Amino acid sequence: MSVVEFRDVQFRIGDRTILNGLNLAIEAGETLVLLGRSGSGKTTALRLINGMIMPTSGDVCVDGKTTAEWDRVQLRRGIGYVIQEGGLFPHFTIERNIGLIPRLEKWPEGKIAERVTTLLNSVNLPAADFAKRLPRELSGGQRQRVGVARALAADPKILLFDEPFGALDPVTRLDLQREFLRLRSELGKTSVFVTHDVQEAMKLSTRIALLHEGNLAFIGTPQEFEGSQHPEARAFLDVLHSAIEMGARRAQ
Amino acid sequence: MLSDVLQDLLDEGVGLLGEHLVLVFSAILIASAIAIPAGLLLTQHPRARSWALGIASVGQTIPSLALFGFLIPIPFIGGIGQHTAIIALVLYALLPILRNTVTGILGVDPIVRDSAVAMGMTRAQILRMIELPLAAPTIIAGLRIATVTTIGTATIAAAIGAGGLGVFIFRGIASVDKLQILAGAIPAALLALAADGALGWVEKRWSAR
Repeated sequence: MSVVEFRDVQFRIGDRTILNGLNLAIEAGETLVLLGRSGSGKTTALRLINGMIMPTSGDVCVDGKTTAEWDRVQLRRGIGYVIQEGGLFPHFTIERNIGLIPRLEKWPEGKIAERVTTLLNSVNLPAADFAKRLPRELSGGQRQRVGVARALAADPKILLFDEPFGALDPVTRLDLQREFLRLRSELGKTSVFVTHDVQEAMKLSTRIALLHEGNLAFIGTPQEFEGSQHPEARAFLDVLHSAIEMGARRAQ
Repeated sequence: MLSDVLQDLLDEGVGLLGEHLVLVFSAILIASAIAIPAGLLLTQHPRARSWALGIASVGQTIPSLALFGFLIPIPFIGGIGQHTAIIALVLYALLPILRNTVTGILGVDPIVRDSAVAMGMTRAQILRMIELPLAAPTIIAGLRIATVTTIGTATIAAAIGAGGLGVFIFRGIASVDKLQILAGAIPAALLALAADGALGWVEKRWSAR
């Protein structure tokens, strides 16, 4: 059974259609990248999964229950969410940021501390150095790592990434992309990742879903994406190829 | 001879200072109890927000002496004495506290609020753990403005028999006695400075967290 399923999902704001009858199934363990230009509806699709917004019509099912049937708080506690700059709470130490959901879920303190240490180490931020600091004392890349650690805190089945690396410099971004791939192979969580960066999509995804003006233009593996004839897919592939050409020219 | 005069002023002044503090504390306490919850509610209702802030602003433009005068003939809340003065002072203190509460809460980074919602925090948890602590420096700044202005305005309360340091000032004006005026004005000014300093310190401490 699919972990997340969009069934004929429409989302409108007033008379503007953001998503126009989206059908999509996300399987356990895969990394589905939602690719598209700004305004294509990709972030809207992501926010429908954890019930931040509700479909105008159609259903979004998570673990076989529609988001309308789910208790929103319970649904969200089971889904990790990572956004640009991490969205960390500026007045909480790193430790409290990561331990928040376990604390709200009333884990014993010892277990929370242990979990925080494990997570910080797993995102390559030694707990001894970082646990007591405030977010503003960290670099953008470090904050983003904390954001990932926080999303993993209560061991959710699903992880949502909303352009998490968009605000980072290219070097840090590459670093975090590698980290993402490493964590994925270690944890094997179902992930949905929103980006407008086609290179990032090719690198990180097991499948790409290309959204164009609220419609699903393409869905398939990165290899299949390369062969797609859809005009919007070709437009993104042009970007990719020009980057590759530039690399090749420099190599000569 | 002069020292006798000073001794009398001092004896009376302690009592008046006490009355002044009671006026200010009660007014700020009541105004906060109204304006902070109201401000929190207004963050949820944009249309009511502009109305409420507008009304509160207009209220503040009424000259204080006139407001004291207006309140006297009103049954129950009006009349001569301390409670009428406190009501007037509350009306003045409302706006800065209300406005800063609204500004403080709305000033919380939307990304931070968004991620709190996405993490599965309830509305009450977000308010208590995220919004209020982050808005606290702004809310305290509002309290600070309200307190300092209330200390000044409270001197006028003596005009309607509410006591306080204004008693010295009004008596001094009536009898052309500079010493009496200063005996009221200087402690009031020092009180305002002290309150400003103390609340400024709290505000800074909170922002540093």
